[in-house]
Amino acid sequence: MLLSDTIIAIATPPGVGALGIIRIAGPKAFELVDHFFIGADLLKADSHTIHFGVIQNEDEDPIDECLTFLFRAPNSYTGDDIIEISCHGSSYVLQAVIEIFLRQGVRLAKPGEFTMRAFLNGKMDLSQAEAVADLIASDSKSAHDLAIRQMRGGISEEISKLRQELIDFAALIELELDFGEEDVEFADRKKLQELIYKIRKYIQQLLQSFQLGNAIKQGVSTVIAGRPNAGKSTLLNALLNEERAIVTEIPGTTRDTVEEILNIKGVSFRLIDTAGIREARDQVEAIGVERTIASIATSQILVYVFDVTQITPQDVHIDIRSLRRENQAVLVVANKMDLNPYTKPEKFQLEQIPIITTSAKNRMNIEYLKESLYKLVIEEEVQEDSTIVSNLRHVGALQNADASLDAVLSGIDKYVTHDFIAMDIRQALHHLGEITGEIHTDDLLDSIFSRFCIGK
Amino acid sequence: MFPLYDVIVVGAGHAGCEAAIAAANMGSKVLLATMNMQTIAQMSCNPAMGGVAKGQIVREIDALGGNSGIVTDHTMVQFRMLNLSKGPAMWSPRAQSDRMQFARLWRNLLEQNDRIDFWQEMVTGIIIKQGRACGVKTGIGLEIPSKSVVLTNGTFLNGIIHIGEKQFGGGRAGEKAATGITEQLVKLGFESGRMKTGTPPRIDGRSLDWSKMELQPGDQVPGKFSFTDTPVLKNQMPCHIAYTNAQVHDTLKTGFDRSPMFNGRIQGQGPRYCPSIEDKINRFADRDRHQLFVEPEGRDTCEIYVNGFSSSLPEDIQYKALKKIPGFEACKMFRPGYAIEYDYFPPTQLDLSLETKLVKNLFFAGQINGTTGYEEAACQGLMAGINAHLTIKDEEAFILKRSEAYIGVLIDDLINKGTKEPYRMFTSRAEYRILLRQDNADIRLTPKAAHLGMNEMSKRMEIVNRKKQEQKAITKFFLTTSVTPEQINPILQQLESAPIRHAVKLNSILLRPGVNITTLSNALNYVNKFLSHYSDEAIYTSEVNIKYAGYIQKEQDMVDKMNRLEEVRLNDSIDYFELKSLSNEAREKLDQIKPRTIGQASRISGVSPSDISVLLVHMGR
Repeated sequence: MLLSDTIIAIATPPGVGALGIIRIAGPKAFELVDHFFIGADLLKADSHTIHFGVIQNEDEDPIDECLTFLFRAPNSYTGDDIIEISCHGSSYVLQAVIEIFLRQGVRLAKPGEFTMRAFLNGKMDLSQAEAVADLIASDSKSAHDLAIRQMRGGISEEISKLRQELIDFAALIELELDFGEEDVEFADRKKLQELIYKIRKYIQQLLQSFQLGNAIKQGVSTVIAGRPNAGKSTLLNALLNEERAIVTEIPGTTRDTVEEILNIKGVSFRLIDTAGIREARDQVEAIGVERTIASIATSQILVYVFDVTQITPQDVHIDIRSLRRENQAVLVVANKMDLNPYTKPEKFQLEQIPIITTSAKNRMNIEYLKESLYKLVIEEEVQEDSTIVSNLRHVGALQNADASLDAVLSGIDKYVTHDFIAMDIRQALHHLGEITGEIHTDDLLDSIFSRFCIGK
Repeated sequence: MFPLYDVIVVGAGHAGCEAAIAAANMGSKVLLATMNMQTIAQMSCNPAMGGVAKGQIVREIDALGGNSGIVTDHTMVQFRMLNLSKGPAMWSPRAQSDRMQFARLWRNLLEQNDRIDFWQEMVTGIIIKQGRACGVKTGIGLEIPSKSVVLTNGTFLNGIIHIGEKQFGGGRAGEKAATGITEQLVKLGFESGRMKTGTPPRIDGRSLDWSKMELQPGDQVPGKFSFTDTPVLKNQMPCHIAYTNAQVHDTLKTGFDRSPMFNGRIQGQGPRYCPSIEDKINRFADRDRHQLFVEPEGRDTCEIYVNGFSSSLPEDIQYKALKKIPGFEACKMFRPGYAIEYDYFPPTQLDLSLETKLVKNLFFAGQINGTTGYEEAACQGLMAGINAHLTIKDEEAFILKRSEAYIGVLIDDLINKGTKEPYRMFTSRAEYRILLRQDNADIRLTPKAAHLGMNEMSKRMEIVNRKKQEQKAITKFFLTTSVTPEQINPILQQLESAPIRHAVKLNSILLRPGVNITTLSNALNYVNKFLSHYSDEAIYTSEVNIKYAGYIQKEQDMVDKMNRLEEVRLNDSIDYFELKSLSNEAREKLDQIKPRTIGQASRISGVSPSDISVLLVHMGR
């Protein structure tokens, strides 16, 4: 791959739109566009200016009227010379324009190549580049916020604070190892334990935030489950405010899972309506039930729906206990309250699981249900400005660091000597370093020499 | 007058001696040139070999066929295994040497090697033809031809000694400095710098009151450095520990205005971990005392080395301050401590083989590369001697990886990071110290030296192979032999370890905290009987390998993971200045050092992880 290539691509999504933008980047961008653009002398024009004119092909046939946006190196997205050509959004026009430049030896950009060039030209670091991809893919406000936060360098700052604390401690241990003959103070195991508890607690928080971070990126998977004819499909339609799922009086109408996106205050929920759970009457239904079980297993939130007129509290409890997976967030919806308005929801209460009484058919309490879903995701887990991990690579590093810290603690318990404990600490530092930047042993020595009187 | 030598070694300190004998053992015809044949293998500073991390290096030198370990074993007066309370990676042998015997035996060993010739004179220049070193020039104008040159000049290049306000040229107390070489190399385009080190006063032991100091005896069962059959130390001499106090500090402070350290006369960078006494009381003003180790210089002398009292203050201040130390009230000084400044060449100008990048067949080893310590110097000498031989035979250089030896760590650090202060080895510099233990240096390295075809390695290989076989048998015994609750529970009870209910394999008991092979051998007759057939070295290494198998495996996994980066080759022709996303510093460093692999690039100081991701992305990974 050469940075000296000039590359081109359509920057707007495929399909017909009012406008279509072509981006061309590289050392030949100005020369070539100027040659086929009639209306202004682009070679003499300033950076960050816009010019109206006509693009014509080699035979001087006009292709389209368009605007050219000029960005001169290094003040552009990738750091190269860039021109963006804003044409009318016909795929024929866009294709025709691109082909003119391809015939001149310009290369079609590979996916992500503009961002990669920005990275290679020092315009952004790797995690920022990763965040750009997320930003482009974000389709809700929270996903957008998250990507922006990441792009500005969110997680590495927090991690490097912790890493520094651990380095200072590791330095104490190294001091004891390398200068054991000398008259110096040594590491206190108890303090080390406390520090590690603290760091692990933080890592755990970050790891938990990944679920949320991922949820924000991907949408929170929310499965609606319950016995046949509990009103699950009605509930889905009520939440979406449209007739998405087929609703009948006949139990077992929903044969397969139905998935829809619901946006609540900027957080995406992937709502999954499922076949009711009962002894299946035929093979199709049996497959549906199987899929229901599978959906529950992979979802972050389980919304258990029951018909208040049809079921005993014991059955509700049995259902929930058998359906929910460990650590899964659960909401219980007592539906069809219109048929029996005097039902006391308390008698269905299981542990601390919130119960919401609804009548899906009458859209009763649906807004409250939405509010509850939102709170389940946002208020319990995130405070304002807290750091959220959404990058799988970071999660791997955090998990490894956590495992190494666990080994440190078990080493301390078993009275393992400090050289081995130091090894696990170093591994933890190494893994944290994968997020923030590598640790060099010089850091340790510098920390030692600046703080202690060493040397015979 | 001279034949064409394969290798000329300039300087006969610890680096020079190892370089000469290594090249000779590889088969080269060697000339050892020194200004003074009476001072071959001098211990200019501390009369001691080994210590934490340094002891491991001496063991590695020995495993590679060097002689520092053998000489130390024959001439030591005290042996201690340091860090015994810590894990096996930290165990570090240290010996107090008889300074005069040490030098005498080294000279004997060199003289016994008929491939080594000697020449006593100052070398003032290197003969360079077509970018290749091909001999040396001497002070009286002789030209001695050779195919390669190893420079091990120590502190002699433009050395300046400081004592208070006095300063004079010299490479060591009473010896003159060497001139000419720095000037020539700088003219050729080498970068040079100044470093500083120091040494404490030497004292008349007859004038000390030992009863006021703490006794520091050697180990009851002394160990040794060499894996060969060198003698075991008898009749150990003790060291003593004394302490400075507020009066000592106050006296020293009265000389600060005449200190070359504080008035800026010394410009070279000194080591932070080996500060002078004035530096210690200045930087750590809250400490009301500092520890001093009072060490004998040998069996036949009353000369005493005051370890921890290195100083360049005026001699009268040193003397007055010494007398305030309990036990030193009546002390007589043989000579004052001093500081010395000397030229070094930032080692980033070298290849991993220790050959200079600018001049082919020219090698640097020891303090000329900015290191400090006999052990650090000796191992570089050994490697430079081997590589000088290999280079003139057109064979591939001998390079040790960081995961293979402390020597590998040392050279890799020097070449990639350079050093701003005299470089000393610490275990914390090694990322794989559980693999780089003193007990397995022979297993790690002797086969490599044997593979090079070094002289007399077959005997050493026999020892290694025997040890490996013994280890295998011992490990098998522990993995397959059972122990019953009746046999072992009483011992477990003593150790406050949970009793067993059914018979288990011995190895599972050994894995428990607080249990070692000696515990089992003392408690169980059949274990004792079995082990009596095996050497202590093999038993110890097997114990470590069984007991710490989990940690060793973890570290090995790390090595394998990092080695993947070591295998990503970087083409010499990469134009780093083209990669605009590299930091300026990274671009310059990468261009200067031209790392062989991504792994090496990642260790260059100034090259950050994001620079590495740039390189990886650039190469299409």
